[in-house]
Amino acid sequence: MGILSFLTGLTFPRGVHPPGLKEDTRGKPIRRLPFAPRMVIPLQQHFGRPSRPLVLKHQEVLRGQPIAEADGFESVTLHAPVTGVVEGIELMPTARGPKTESILIRTAPGDSQAIHWSRPRDLERLNRPQLIQAIQEIGLVGQGGAAFPTHMKLSVPDGFDIDTLVINGCECEPYLSADHRIMLEQTDAVIVGIRIAMKAVGATRAVIGVEDDKPDAIEALQARLDKEGPISVGKVRSKYPQGSEKMLIKALLKREVPSGHFPYHIGVVVNNVGTMAQLGTLLPRGEGLVERVVTVAGPGITRPGNYRVPIGTPLRYLLQHVGFTGSDASHIILGGPMMGNTVSSLDVPVTKGVSGVVVLPDPEAEDTRMQPCIRCGRCVEACPVGLNPSDLGKLAAVRQYEVMEERYHLNDCFECGCCSYVCPSNIPLVQYFRIAKSLNRERLK
Amino acid sequence: MTPLKIELKTSPHLKQAGSVEQIMRHVTYALLPICAFSVYHFGISALALMITATVTCVLTEHLFAKLSGKRTSVSDFSAVITGLLLALTLPPSFPLWMAALSGFIGISLAKVMFGGMGYNLFNPALVGRAFAQAAFPVSVSTWTVPGHPDRFTEFLPSTLAMPFTTPAPVDAWTAATPLAQWKFDGIHADAWSLFTGMTPGSVGETSAILILLCGLYLIARGMMNWRIPAAVLGSAFVTASVFYWMDPAFYPTPWFVLLSGGLMLGAMFMASDMVASPITRSGIWIYGILIGFLAVIIRFFGGLPEGIMYAILLGNAVAPLIERITQPRPYGSRKRRDAA
Repeated sequence: MGILSFLTGLTFPRGVHPPGLKEDTRGKPIRRLPFAPRMVIPLQQHFGRPSRPLVLKHQEVLRGQPIAEADGFESVTLHAPVTGVVEGIELMPTARGPKTESILIRTAPGDSQAIHWSRPRDLERLNRPQLIQAIQEIGLVGQGGAAFPTHMKLSVPDGFDIDTLVINGCECEPYLSADHRIMLEQTDAVIVGIRIAMKAVGATRAVIGVEDDKPDAIEALQARLDKEGPISVGKVRSKYPQGSEKMLIKALLKREVPSGHFPYHIGVVVNNVGTMAQLGTLLPRGEGLVERVVTVAGPGITRPGNYRVPIGTPLRYLLQHVGFTGSDASHIILGGPMMGNTVSSLDVPVTKGVSGVVVLPDPEAEDTRMQPCIRCGRCVEACPVGLNPSDLGKLAAVRQYEVMEERYHLNDCFECGCCSYVCPSNIPLVQYFRIAKSLNRERLK
Repeated sequence: MTPLKIELKTSPHLKQAGSVEQIMRHVTYALLPICAFSVYHFGISALALMITATVTCVLTEHLFAKLSGKRTSVSDFSAVITGLLLALTLPPSFPLWMAALSGFIGISLAKVMFGGMGYNLFNPALVGRAFAQAAFPVSVSTWTVPGHPDRFTEFLPSTLAMPFTTPAPVDAWTAATPLAQWKFDGIHADAWSLFTGMTPGSVGETSAILILLCGLYLIARGMMNWRIPAAVLGSAFVTASVFYWMDPAFYPTPWFVLLSGGLMLGAMFMASDMVASPITRSGIWIYGILIGFLAVIIRFFGGLPEGIMYAILLGNAVAPLIERITQPRPYGSRKRRDAA
């Protein structure tokens, strides 16, 4: 495998090859989802501090108008996804688990898709801090799933020079094809976004990593890029988790982010193509982030595809629209099936970080009985970080959480799930590691 | 929408096909052609030996599961593999009662006492074989003429020996293995008969080509780590080459070393036992190279003609240590992790 990687595209060591399962959605153009009658906009749908509401009950809001402001630097602005009336600010279920304060908006009947509020800026005249602030004000967060505020990611701490901006167009999660469609349909916006982000971080070059199962996306991007220009496309091998920040840096640049550090320590900032498309579309116009592209797929969905979904659309409405009958027991995953979380309620809304909604059939149908570890070594061959999940799993089973952290690099695990995916004994390895990490964090408090 | 039952589960929500039971079943399938050839080769005595060893191993596993109040683990096929492998390493004329006892010792001492499947330090089949070697030295080194005309109608005289009696060898049926002929008489068998397997030897060790093909099947199905047999066979070949280069008149050719005795069976099906071999990639190479080297050294300098069994058991013994010094280097750190 190691030798072949030179022939078949760039990649990182190890990893797994789950089925793509993208056939149902990747060929179809992005379609617009109508407005749900009621929108739920959680004040915290990003990494960092919750936003502070700017609206009151019964207040009328316009589509695109700011409805919550950033509470400090580690927060972003929220915008009304629809024109309508604020019904209140209440605790509502979200994908994060505990109920979160959310702004409820009753959609005005007959609202058009037009954005009624914007604050255009002359991008040429903004300096870097002003640019960062402008990005915070459009409410942009990472579209790949982590929902990390983009302005924070693009703010490089003093003393670090960024030479390369890496753009993640891998989309290595099964089922998801939103980024693929964005690269095809919004190619120009992606490139505009990349130029803005390069300016914000001061990078002289950018590399877009795209997996080799999307040759049309690679072609579309290359057709619009100057061969000798600062932006290039890097074809990477279709392998999970190629789209993980650290793995993509390794694949494209052959650099490793030191354990416990961030990419900017080695002169790199990574962003998702979806985020770049939003940045390239919204920032020049000065509009807020009010919708995003979501892949809706999985068995049981009659009309799978990529939909432009207003932020705050409840899953119930979205799933009804795509013809989900809901007759069988299912699990409903936000994000992709390898790293996404299941939701407990269909009242949970689509938020800024939701790249996909995947509905899978009853997991109990499979034989998931746990067996002893037979030391087959598949997890060691799969772990992209180079950990020993087999040993870690045995330590977790006897609750040696501190040993796992101190001697077995538990904290380098980013929970990609490759180990659990390959384990023939059905040992819930990554699940063990999540528990171990959270108990270790508790212990430090 | 009809009432909906939502399942909560943590990621990953997809699972690669494959289970322990599936792996073990495929290993069993891979052994069946070897078993079939040995029945053709040595007759009903070999068949009776395989059935006895397998049934004993499965019953022993079941018995201990019942005694300890655990769910029986015989459905995972691993005891079947142990039984078959044990039979394949025994001479065709080995008395059935001795085979049953060896199987019992292998499963109980090497597997159950260490905690059952996944926890055995040593390959249970080889522990059973080592017990046979120690307890029944005569029977375990009495070999049979292959392809005897009466093999499908008559049991070998020693096969049905009464429990706790040691049968005397019957000259009409006995023959020396190619390894023993080399060791004690200085006769070199030709490579072709070793390759095809038309020689005396243990039940399942004679046909190198068949073992090779069965192993390749498992490798192709992703159920065996190709590095282990590659390392064992490669290392044995290189070691033997060095000796052959030093004294071609005394030492056999490296091809003879590769194709004779239990080396091929051991490398393919016993050294590659997942549980008792290291889990790390470089550890696997070290382990395999060590086994191949030791097997040849024991063959050339030991008192017995064959050395692969002890070589693998020694390899099993040091596997945890090898694993400790060959942990993978975590991403983003310069040195390997400082293991416990």
